[in-house]
Amino acid sequence: MMKTSFPAYRPLALAVLCAAALALVPLIGPRAVVQDLFGILCLLVLALNWNMLAGFAGLVSVGQQAFVGIGAYTMFAAVILFGLDPLAGVLLGGLVAMALAVPVACFVFRLNGAYFAIGTWVAAEIARLGLGQWKALGGGTGTSLPKGTTRDMLGVGPVKEWLGVSSAAASDILLYWLALGLVLVTLGVSWAFLRSRMGLGLQAIRDNAMAARAVGVDPVRLKALVFLLTAFGTGLCGGLLFIQITRITPDAAFSLLDWTAFVLFVVVIGGIGTLPGPIVGVVVFYALERLLSDYGSAYLIVLGLFGIAVMLFARRGLWGSLSGRTGLELLPLGHRAPASASAVRP
Amino acid sequence: MFSLDTIVQGLLLGGLYALFAAGLSLVFGIMRLVNLAHGDLIVLGAYLILGLGTVTGMNPFVAALIAMPLMFALGWLLQTRLLNRVLGEDILPPLLVTFGLSVVIQNGLLAAFTADSRKLAAGPVESASVAVGPVQMGVMPVMSLATAVAVILGLNLLFYRTALGRAFRATSDDAVTAQLMGIRPQRIFAMATGIALVVAAIAALYLGTRANFDPSIGPARLLYAFEAVIIGGLGSLWGTLAGGVVIGLAQTMGAAINPEWQILAGHVAFVLILMVRPRGLFPRAID
Repeated sequence: MMKTSFPAYRPLALAVLCAAALALVPLIGPRAVVQDLFGILCLLVLALNWNMLAGFAGLVSVGQQAFVGIGAYTMFAAVILFGLDPLAGVLLGGLVAMALAVPVACFVFRLNGAYFAIGTWVAAEIARLGLGQWKALGGGTGTSLPKGTTRDMLGVGPVKEWLGVSSAAASDILLYWLALGLVLVTLGVSWAFLRSRMGLGLQAIRDNAMAARAVGVDPVRLKALVFLLTAFGTGLCGGLLFIQITRITPDAAFSLLDWTAFVLFVVVIGGIGTLPGPIVGVVVFYALERLLSDYGSAYLIVLGLFGIAVMLFARRGLWGSLSGRTGLELLPLGHRAPASASAVRP
Repeated sequence: MFSLDTIVQGLLLGGLYALFAAGLSLVFGIMRLVNLAHGDLIVLGAYLILGLGTVTGMNPFVAALIAMPLMFALGWLLQTRLLNRVLGEDILPPLLVTFGLSVVIQNGLLAAFTADSRKLAAGPVESASVAVGPVQMGVMPVMSLATAVAVILGLNLLFYRTALGRAFRATSDDAVTAQLMGIRPQRIFAMATGIALVVAAIAALYLGTRANFDPSIGPARLLYAFEAVIIGGLGSLWGTLAGGVVIGLAQTMGAAINPEWQILAGHVAFVLILMVRPRGLFPRAID
C-alpha cells in the first residue's frame, strides 16, 4: 500500500503548535491541572523511553522502575547529603542511572527474551532492597526533601517574579516546563536516532536479525547503546517526578505498577514501535483515569482489560491501526529509496 | 558458620518456592510462555479455597481437592480463549496479556475481598512440629517440601511415562513437527495450563495455611518462582526443585546474617548463578 506522508514541515508545525499550547497551560490553567499534566508528561517520557527499548530495540524490560528509583534517590542524596540544587540532582540522577545501567546490562544482556524480562525485574528488586538499606536516606521507611527545597530551587525565583505567583506554584510551573522540555527532547532525539544510520540498523535487527547481521549491523552494541540512553532518560524523569512528590520510599521509587505497568499499557494501547503511539496512549490513559477516578480499583481492571483487548484485536495499538488503515504518518521513520534504483528499468 | 537449623529451614522454604514454581516451569518449558499472572492465579486459588471453606465449613485440605478441578477448568479456558491467540515468535504479546491479567486479577480480588490479610485455618497441624535429631521442624513446612517433591515426581512420571507427556515433550521440542505427527499443540497447551493451575491450587493451599495473604502478594511470589525456574533450567522439573531450594537457602542464610537481607540474598544468589550459567543449572530444552 502506498503511504502518503505529510511534507516534512507539516508534522513539525503541528508539533510546535501542540508544544506551544502545552507550554501556555500554566499561564491560564489552575494549579491542580498543571500538577496533573506534569504527571502525565512524566509518564509520557517513561513511555517514549520504554517504547525505544521494547518497540525498537526488542528489549522487553519490566525493570525500568530501577532507573526511576535510582534517579530519584540520587536527586535526594544530592540535596540532602551534598546540599546541591535539586535540578543539579536530577541531572546527576540521569547520569548515575546511566552509569548503573552498565553493570545491569552486563547481567541482563546475557539473558534472552523472557529471561531478559525477569532479569531486569530482579535487578530492579535488588536496587529497591539495596537502597532500603541506605540509612542516611531513611532506609526502608524513606525520607522527605528538606522544607523549602523546591522554593529555593534554581529558576523558581524568576518564574515567581515573572508570573506573580506563590513559590509553590512557581516550582510546579517550572517542573511542568521541564517535563514538557524533556518530552520534546526525548521525542526529538528518538526521531533523529531512528532516522540515523544506527536507528536504521536497529529497525533492521528488529525486522530480521539474521539479515541485519549479514550486512554488518552489530546488534549487541546498538541495543546496549539504547539501553544506556533510555536509562539516562528514565533516571532524569525519576528525579523530576520526586521533586514534586517531595517524599521518597523504596516502595514508591521502585514501584512496578507506577513506573512500568502503566508505561507498558500506555505504549501498547497507543501503538508499540511507532513514535506517536505513546502520545496517543498517554491521552487515552489520562481520559480513562479522569472517567473512572471515582471507582478505585475498577480503573486498573479496565486498563488491564483494554491492554489485553489491544493485544488480541489490534496488536499494533490505536495509532498503529489508524496509520495502517489510512496511510497517515506523523513523524515518519522511513527513507526514500535511492533515486538510481527507480531509474533502472528493463 | 550457618547453623544446621538455618540450612534445614532453607530447604523447607525451598520446598514452598518449588511448589509455586512447578506449574510455571511446566508451562514455560512446554510453550515458552512467561505467565506473569501465575503468582496472582495462586493467590486467586487461595481465595477460592478460603471461599469454599467459609461456605461449606470444610477443612482447607478438603476444599483444595474441590478447588483443583475448578482451577483446571480455569486454566483450560484461559489457554484456549486467550493465551493460544497470542502465542508466537514474539514474546511481547503473551507477556503483556498475562501482565494485564495479573493487574485484572489483583484488582478484582481487591474489589471482592478488600485488602485485609486472610489466612486458611488448617487446625492443630499448623503449630505442630517434629524433632529430628537436634532440629525442630514444623509439620506444615515439612509437608510443603514433601508435597513439592511428590508434585514434581508426579509431573515427571506424567512427562516421561505417558502418551500425554510424550506429546508435551514433542511440542516443547518442535511444535511444527509435533503437529505433523497428529498432535494438536493448542489442546496440549490447554492441558498443560490446566495442570499448571491444579499445581497452583496445591501451592495456594500451602501459601494460605503457612502465612497471611492478601490480593497484592502475587507478584513477589511470582518472582521467587521465576527465579527457581530459571536457576533450574528450562524444561527441567527437578531443576526447578533445585532452584527453589537455592532461593530458599539463600534467603534463610541471608536472614541469619541480617534479617533485612532475606529477600535481597535470594535475588543476589539468582544473579550470581546466572552470571556463571546463563541457561540455569540443568537445562533440558533449548530456548
